[in-house]
Amino acid sequence: MNRRSGTGYTGVPSWVYVIAAAGSLFILLPLVAMVAKVNWPQFIPLITSESSLTALGLSLRTSAASTALCVVLGVPLALVLARQPFPGQRLLRAFVLLPLVLPPVVGGIALLYTFGRQGLLGKSLEVAGIQIAFSTTAVVLAQTFVALPFLVVSLEGALRTAGSKYDAVAATLGARPTTVLRRVTLPLVLPGLASGAVLSFARSLGEFGATLTFAGSLQGVTRTLPLEIYLQRETDADAAVALSLLLVAVAVAVVGLSYGRRRSSAPVKEQL
Amino acid sequence: MTFDLTASLPARNFEMSLSLGPSETLAILGPNGAGKSTLLGVISGLLRPESGSARLGGRELFTLDGGTRRWSAPHLRGTALLAQEALLFPHLNVLDNVAFGPRSTGASRTEAREVARHWLDEVDALALANRKPAQLSGGQAQRVAVARALAAEPELLLLDEPMAALDIHTAPLLRRVLKRVLADRKAIIVTHDVLDAYMLADRVIVVESGRIVEEGPTRQVLERPRSHFAAGLAGLNLVAGTLGQEGITTPDGRVFAGQHDPDWSLVAGQAGVAAFPPSSVSVFLGDVHGSPRNSFPVTITDLEPHGDQVRVRASSGPSNTLSADITPAASADLGLAPGMEVRFVVKSALVSVYPA
Amino acid sequence: MSISRKTITALLAAGALAAGVAGCAGSSNTPAATSPASSSSSISGEITVFAAASLKATFTKLASDFEAKNPGTKVTLNFAGSSGLVTQITQGAPADVFASADTKNMAKLSDAKLIDGTATNFATNVLEIAVPPSNPASIASFADLAKSGVKVVVCAPQVPCGSATETIEKATGTTLAPVSEESSVTDVLGKVTSQEADAGLVYVTDVKTAGEKVKGIPFPESDKAVNTYPIATLGASKNKELAQAFIAAVTSADGKKVLDDAGFGTP
Repeated sequence: MNRRSGTGYTGVPSWVYVIAAAGSLFILLPLVAMVAKVNWPQFIPLITSESSLTALGLSLRTSAASTALCVVLGVPLALVLARQPFPGQRLLRAFVLLPLVLPPVVGGIALLYTFGRQGLLGKSLEVAGIQIAFSTTAVVLAQTFVALPFLVVSLEGALRTAGSKYDAVAATLGARPTTVLRRVTLPLVLPGLASGAVLSFARSLGEFGATLTFAGSLQGVTRTLPLEIYLQRETDADAAVALSLLLVAVAVAVVGLSYGRRRSSAPVKEQL
Repeated sequence: MTFDLTASLPARNFEMSLSLGPSETLAILGPNGAGKSTLLGVISGLLRPESGSARLGGRELFTLDGGTRRWSAPHLRGTALLAQEALLFPHLNVLDNVAFGPRSTGASRTEAREVARHWLDEVDALALANRKPAQLSGGQAQRVAVARALAAEPELLLLDEPMAALDIHTAPLLRRVLKRVLADRKAIIVTHDVLDAYMLADRVIVVESGRIVEEGPTRQVLERPRSHFAAGLAGLNLVAGTLGQEGITTPDGRVFAGQHDPDWSLVAGQAGVAAFPPSSVSVFLGDVHGSPRNSFPVTITDLEPHGDQVRVRASSGPSNTLSADITPAASADLGLAPGMEVRFVVKSALVSVYPA
Repeated sequence: MSISRKTITALLAAGALAAGVAGCAGSSNTPAATSPASSSSSISGEITVFAAASLKATFTKLASDFEAKNPGTKVTLNFAGSSGLVTQITQGAPADVFASADTKNMAKLSDAKLIDGTATNFATNVLEIAVPPSNPASIASFADLAKSGVKVVVCAPQVPCGSATETIEKATGTTLAPVSEESSVTDVLGKVTSQEADAGLVYVTDVKTAGEKVKGIPFPESDKAVNTYPIATLGASKNKELAQAFIAAVTSADGKKVLDDAGFGTP
């Protein structure tokens, strides 16, 4: 293998590169196949149709909202999991990670029985005049449910790597726990928090099963881009492919953005 | 304004009690795992003992006994901690690192930065104010860390081996800085370095296995060590026994002749120690004729360079290790090697004998 | 859309097919019996039937009856949304018979010259209102669905049940404000059975399948959108004889009985 000068011994056998190449092809090829299927002359009209733009706008808005909700709920969860051990911590972690392995439709059913009209909390909410089913809120809840573990896992790892030495120093300098969190702990794990948030956003953007089961599908209210793709597939395969490509493009942009940020923050990480 | 502490933490085999006068600096010496860092953790509030109490001036740090369980959080204690690593917050520049303490306790940004500049100046690091921690050398970072700790205006400054991570060229500058800033404040410094104790501390505590084994003014502890650890730190050989007119007699009947401190009145039969520097020891092969005093057989355990000398370590019994410093030429002439049986001879004029 | 014309077309097609089957059978063996449903000893082998998801219960029964009557045959079934099945067939999926939930999807295949001969309409289906058993919003008619505060879930216009809903809305001048437009009947029923929605518009057969979990409320306006189910042998079939025999069984009196029981109408 012709390596750049100045690079050292990698310890990676060359056959590993072959399998790695096969692995990347496995991911890339279906995307290429999809791109090849795109009806290019019609591409722009297809993705700029009213229903497509509405779905894209809804997806971006709900994903942003659920990412914010993930940060609000996920940061404390990650802190609790990463710091002092307590009885039941492993169990809590297992539960927080559950949505990662659950089929999304199961998540949707679970949410339905929680926030639905007949649900555990939904009944009380209904009495209070709050209806979640069939609303954009339901979409945000569904997305948050599936995306939260990504934020927690990513942030917990960052917190463990950073350790609590800096926190302890800050406390002995007179900083209250809240000040320590705001001025030391969180700034130190910012790269981890950012990549966790980006992953959550990407996962929210792709959420389908839980939304379909829990939130329904109505243009401009609950029909996000994946639901629009699923529906368009019924009648207009070209539109479905074009929208799929749009979703891939948005996802690639989001993930690419996060990768770029992580690289630029590398010197700080080395410090830790 | 004094500091008093009694604390016990059986889980770490830790039980200590100590006091500190106003503007007194105390050095804690002891082998690894002796409980030095546990002590600092208990004082700073990062570690909770099982029982005990501590007061710092008018402030109650904790009272933990049966019914009373009062515990004040680290940020309310006024005990800034300076560790082996500088641990400067990597995302803040030097000035904001130092301003962190005042800022956290309510000062405005401008006030805090003013305080920070003052302390950076104190440690000769004002020129570094705008750098990020990643751009500092180890010594610079540690000086900034000192400024940061002092800027928090701690009632009691805790230093956990602050020089340990520095190379021998940068340590002296920090040591001078510390000498200046510790002069009129209460501080506890954990160290492995006898020089730190000499230069910075008024008093020394030697800890072993979570207990205080020796305590006293620095000079006294280091020149008249009673524990092997303190003797090792001071670079002295230490032999324990009972005091007699000539010197001391070891439990196995060997007699070490030495010099008594004329101020001390000797009580025969009292436990005592004999201390002597390795440079006072000569090494001979086979039997020595002439002066039979202070001559005893030993087995060489290892040889190592020590300055421009060779330090010969040898055991004279199951638990007694003695050292001799000889010239490399002498070592080569004698053909010394670990495992060899040789004879150590100590000049009695260089042996100090005193009660333990 | 004229039902009578379609019905006639379907009958003609069925007749032609029946004749075709008879002819086929006759050519290879003794003269065929008059009933196309009766077994012919000559048919054997395997076929794969792609059928609309709404036919799951009926076709499963029809296939096992068919296998019982014709030892040595095996009918493999694949159920999915009609448009999805059309996509699969277009991509070359190995199917012998296609039963669609609407004529539109069958037309796609005949336009692409992928079916053998013409399609036969073998069943019809109309919409029905599905409500939770307690009928919380007291729905009694199609017009009730348009009342404010009633949470109605319908199929999206892109799928057959949704286009039928749209047709009825246009014909009656009633505009519904659904809280959700689902992509499948299952999703509509799910919202009704979980009582998230007060009512849903699905096919009468779907209400039957759902059993106790929902209550069906027929409404006369449903005849404005009668959905017709066509069935056809595919051009790529390797066992057209068996495929024709299966279609004949579906369109036979026995087949019609099974379909009737499930709520399907006769074209």
